[in-house]
Parts: sequence; structure tokens; C-alpha cells
Amino acid sequence: MKHETIETNAGWLIVLTLIVISVAGLVEILPLYFIDDTVEKVEVGGIETVRPYTPLELAGRDIYQREGCYLCHSQMIRPFRDEKLRYGHYSLAAESKYDHPFQWGSKRTGPDLARVGGKYSNEWHAQHLTNPRSVVKESIMPNYPWLAKTDLDYSDIADKMRALRHVGVPYSLSKQEFDNNVRRFGKDVAQQLEISSAEDNLIAQAEAKNYDGNRDNLSELDALVAYLQVLGTMVDFSKFDDGYFSKFR
Amino acid sequence: MAISSVSVQEHYNYHIIKKFVVMSLIWGLLGMFTGVYIGFELAWPALNMDIAEITFGRLRPVHTTLVIFGFGGSALFATSYYVVQRTCQVRLYSDVMANLTFWGWQAAVALSAIGYMNGYTQSREYAEMVWPVDILIAVVWIIYFLVYVLTVRRRTQPHIYVANWFYIAFILATAILHIFNNIEVPVSLFSLKSYSLHAGVQDAMTQWWYGHNAVGFFLTAAFLGMMYYFVPKQAGRPVYSYRLSIIHFWALIFLYMWVGAHHLHWTALPDWTSTLAATFSILLLLPSWGGMINGIMTLSGAWEKLQTDPVIRFLIVALSFYGMATFEGPLMSLKSVNALSHYTDWTIGHVHSGALGWVAMISIGSFYHLIPRLWETKLWSTRLVFTHFWLATIGIVLYISSMWVAGIGQALMLRGFDEYGNLAYTFVETIEFLFKPYVARGIGGVFFLSGMVLMAINTFMTVRQGYRDRALLDAKLVAKLARA
Repeated sequence: MKHETIETNAGWLIVLTLIVISVAGLVEILPLYFIDDTVEKVEVGGIETVRPYTPLELAGRDIYQREGCYLCHSQMIRPFRDEKLRYGHYSLAAESKYDHPFQWGSKRTGPDLARVGGKYSNEWHAQHLTNPRSVVKESIMPNYPWLAKTDLDYSDIADKMRALRHVGVPYSLSKQEFDNNVRRFGKDVAQQLEISSAEDNLIAQAEAKNYDGNRDNLSELDALVAYLQVLGTMVDFSKFDDGYFSKFR
Repeated sequence: MAISSVSVQEHYNYHIIKKFVVMSLIWGLLGMFTGVYIGFELAWPALNMDIAEITFGRLRPVHTTLVIFGFGGSALFATSYYVVQRTCQVRLYSDVMANLTFWGWQAAVALSAIGYMNGYTQSREYAEMVWPVDILIAVVWIIYFLVYVLTVRRRTQPHIYVANWFYIAFILATAILHIFNNIEVPVSLFSLKSYSLHAGVQDAMTQWWYGHNAVGFFLTAAFLGMMYYFVPKQAGRPVYSYRLSIIHFWALIFLYMWVGAHHLHWTALPDWTSTLAATFSILLLLPSWGGMINGIMTLSGAWEKLQTDPVIRFLIVALSFYGMATFEGPLMSLKSVNALSHYTDWTIGHVHSGALGWVAMISIGSFYHLIPRLWETKLWSTRLVFTHFWLATIGIVLYISSMWVAGIGQALMLRGFDEYGNLAYTFVETIEFLFKPYVARGIGGVFFLSGMVLMAINTFMTVRQGYRDRALLDAKLVAKLARA
């Protein structure tokens, strides 16, 4: 076929363009869904330790997205010496397998948060989020004073879990799904993933941990700190051989 | 004279183009002001003022959406509607459909920006729009495709001019990218919140396949379409090589789609994927420079126009920045370079050498060509265009050089070790280092923005002059008819 045929025929131009731009996606993206090694298996004693978020953590994650935290903080540690010293073990694909959407980020205006969970106390986080410069003088992060003052709206938490269930997160609606979760994640976690008790679980976790240091209210700060404190804590690397994870790369 | 120009106005639909030009300038001013403001927020965090709506995290997508989709998008609608009509020598297929694309697109941009300020976002970079806006954009895009292709089909020329290939590829690719990257499940029919179908590593791959092709098709292929019309027109010479345009068109649209994963080097994305992306990124240098060479060489034999014609200056400098950015891109996609550059301000600088240097400069040049023709008058001030040119160029150079200092400097600090093998710097020490480059970057932004303000003034005065010329002509005509 001469190129002139394409230049004089809009139909050919459109069809050939579509074919040419589709090749890459088919070769590069599609296999990621089918190659098993893409996401690491993380099991200890037959129990999966990477689990979906609890209702309170999920509410916190939504606030993290709302405030655009991902624009300044990555959640993806690379396998370099300085990053290991600064942030910890490099991030696994498995650690974000329930992240809809992913929050890896693309810019570190602030430090990486992939393993921030457990690094600082709840009090530190509450203080830091409200007024970052009161704990880190040189910080350029905005103050988020409204988080502590705003009651968390959790009226749609069950709807959110239902939507996530549609995209494949194993929150349970039926007895069968619940039993399945017990087998996969253990009983305690399975109860947190039960959609019918979402609100009760959310309130119970906030009251038990009191993340924002204020017993009088269940604030957005409670949820956000709950989320930050779970980041990077689901894989206990001491339980795995040194070479185990590298074989997936 | 008056008779023939009136018939041009009636023969083609210029009204829709005027509307998109004006909105492009308005979004450009708003979006670039937002950019300057958030740039300074990073130097002086007090500027966040404890107001949720204007914190960096909420304004950053406002900035990117207004400049990419508001300014850039409207410029593409305007120029593509102009180019398709002029090169096919036929009026747009449907005025109503073209109007729908105008109002739909403006609504999508405005709703997105207001939404982000109020915390409604999908948190996917450059695709932050909530699901109802995603649907609106998809509908607008289908109408756009139909208007464009049906106009091409009505052409009176046998050949489809090369600029139209690029616009068509841009429309098709953007549709595919937008749809596949925004498959999401809303929390409920009355909630703006949704969750993406993909998760984790597959989601990251899909998002950066989209993200980089927003650059490749929205911000490159389409603007090459612009280049292929306005550079030969303003230079008064034919395109340098037709053969080169064919080769680099097919190579460019094929290769771009592969390279998104270079945004995910050293992450949990499998190595084979990111290696593939790096390889194709290097190959991409060839068609990119093919386009640049074809554009710049179009001026060969008329180089003296660079001295006298500020519009040519904008167009040619835009192509030079395009060449520079498309050399820097493959460099940064090498894994070893990316290990240093990723997560730093070097990336921000790179984006802006493309966005300000290439996208904005080629649009500005095309607009200065277009505006007097649309309103049938001369530019109000050519001197102001020269001033704009220098403000823009100085602004870009300040911006990208301060970001090189910031990005490379910070990255070297972060990977520095002391004699005992401990980290030489804490993270926050690198933040202190960034203060001066951040201020310099902000000043660069102010330069660029003030150039845009001059352009807005020049446009306003030109349009006013156009209406006055028109009124004067009409009055003369009436007087003549009265005498007769």
C-alpha cells in the first residue's frame, strides 16, 4: 500500500493509527495481570499478612487523598542503600495490592511515607499535622489545623467498602466470604473486614487507640493518624529469608 | 476587501475559534498564577494561610488542570478547528456540536478546579477529575472526534494535510487513555468519591501509561499538529520534508505509548517492564528530533525573519526547547540517571522546559499569528510581542536552571555518606538547601506570567481595534451606498 492511500482516506488513517497506538498497552500492561510473580506472596504460617484497611484506616486514607498528600510524599522505597537507611526495606508490590488507586507518588517534597507506620508516636503525628513547624522547625508542610477540629463523617463507610469489594478488595458481605477471610487473614482481621459491622469497628478502633489525643470527639485526625500508623507495617521482614523477595523482581 | 473578508468569516466557523482562544488565555493566566503561588508556598509555607482550599496539595492539581486542560486544551481546540477548516477548505461539520465541545470542555475544567479546592479528587496525577467530570470529558471528546473527522471527510482537497494526522492521532489516543485510566466504581450515585478498578502495581502502570501519554499525545503530538500548520504559514515556506513528516509521525505515535513506565524505575514494577520503557524512551529521541528538524528547517532560506518577526521567534524557540526537552527526557529515563533524578525537582524542571518552552511558546506564537486573522486587523503592538518573548525566555531559563540546581543538589545530598558510612544529611537539611532555588524558580514563574499578562493586554487591544476597524468599514460602506 502506498502512503498516499492513507493520506487520502480518513478511514485508513484512523484504523492504522488505532492499531499502532494499541500495541504497547497490549504488550506492556496486560501481562502484569497474568504473570504471577508480579505481586509477591507474603504469608506467615499460612496467613496473609498484607490485609485490606480497617474502616478507620480507610477513612483516613480517603482524607490523605483529599488533601493531596500524594503530591509531596511518595509511598515507594527504592532498593538503594541511602533509602534503606532513611526509610527501611524497599517497598513490595504486595504492600499496595489493596490500594485503589495506588499512592506511590512521583515527587518527594517531603520524605517517603511507605514505612512511616510506628516510627513516631500518635502524639507526634497529631502535633505535626496540626502545626508541622512546632516539631520540625525547617518543615515546609502546610498546617492542617482543621483535621483535629472536624468530626469524621463515616456515614458512608459501608458504601465505600462495598465499592471496594466490587473492585476486588476482600471486604465481606456473606458468611461464606467472612469464613474465607478467616482462613486468609485470621479471625481478628476478618472481623474488621466485615461490612455489616463497619461503623462499630471504626468507632471501636478510634476509641481504643485515641489517635488524636482527644477523647471528646472522633475527628478526621483520628482517621488520618490511624492510616499513617499502619503504613508499611504489614510485612515483617525478619520472617523471610534474605533472597525470598528478590526472586520476584 | 471588506466583502472578501466578510465571506471568509462566513465561509468558515471563526466564532468557535475566537471563543476557545479567549478561554485559553483566561485559563492560562489563572493556571500560571496558581503555579507561581504554589511555587512560593514551597519557599514560604505561611502562604498556605491555614486555609484548606489553598494548601499546596489542593492547589497543585488546580494548577496542572488549568494549564494543561484549560490553557493547552482550549488552545488545541482553537487551533485544530482553525487548521482543519483552512486545510480542508470547508466549514466545520456542525456549529452546534462544536459549541457543545466548547461549553462541555469549559465546564469540565471549571468543575475540576473548584472540586479540587474542596477536596474532591481521584488522586491520580493529571487525571484527578471525579467520575461525573470523567464522563463529561468522554462525551465532549466523542463529539470532538465526530466534528473533526466529519469535517475532514467533507474536505475539498484529496489529501489530508499532515497537521491533521497529528490532531487525529491526539484525539484517538486521548480517548483511549482517558477511558482506560479512569475505570472506577463510585461509592454511590450521589457521591463524588470513587475507587479505581486497578490497584497497586497494575494501577501504577496504567496511570503512568496515561500520564506520560498525556505528555506524548496531548502535549506533543497535538502541538506538532499546530507546528505543522503555523510554522510554514508564518515563515511563508513549505514544510522542509514531507517524507520526514511521514516517518516521524508513525514512529512517534508508536513509540510514545511504550515509555510511561520510565516514571516507575526502581519501584515495585517488574524490571522487565521498566527496562522495556527505558529502551523505547531512548528510541523516541529519533522521531522527536525528526519533528524538531522538520520544523526548524522549514525556515531555511528565511532565517532573517528571526530578527524581524517576533512570532517566528516564538515558534522557532519553541522548537528548540522541544528538542532540548526531548533530549533530556531519554537521558532521565536511563535507570542510572533516574535513580538520581526521580522524586526530585529535576523532574519538575524537565516538565516545565517542555510545558513552558515547547507547549506554551508554540501556542503563543500560533495565537499571535491567529488573533489578527480572526478579528481581521493588525496586532495592536508588535513591540509588546518582542517584550513578551524576552520575558518568557528569561522566565523559562530561570525556572529550569533553578530546578536543575534544586533536583541534582538535593539528590546528591540525599545519597551522601559520611566517613563512617552514615547518611551525611537528614531529609530536612536538604529542604533548607532548596530555599534559594525555590525562590529563583518563583521569580522565573513571575517573568513568564507577566509575559502572559502583556499578551492578554495586546489581545484585548487587538480585538477592540478589530471591532473599531469593522465599524469604520461598515460606516464607509453605508455612506457609499447612500451616495449611490
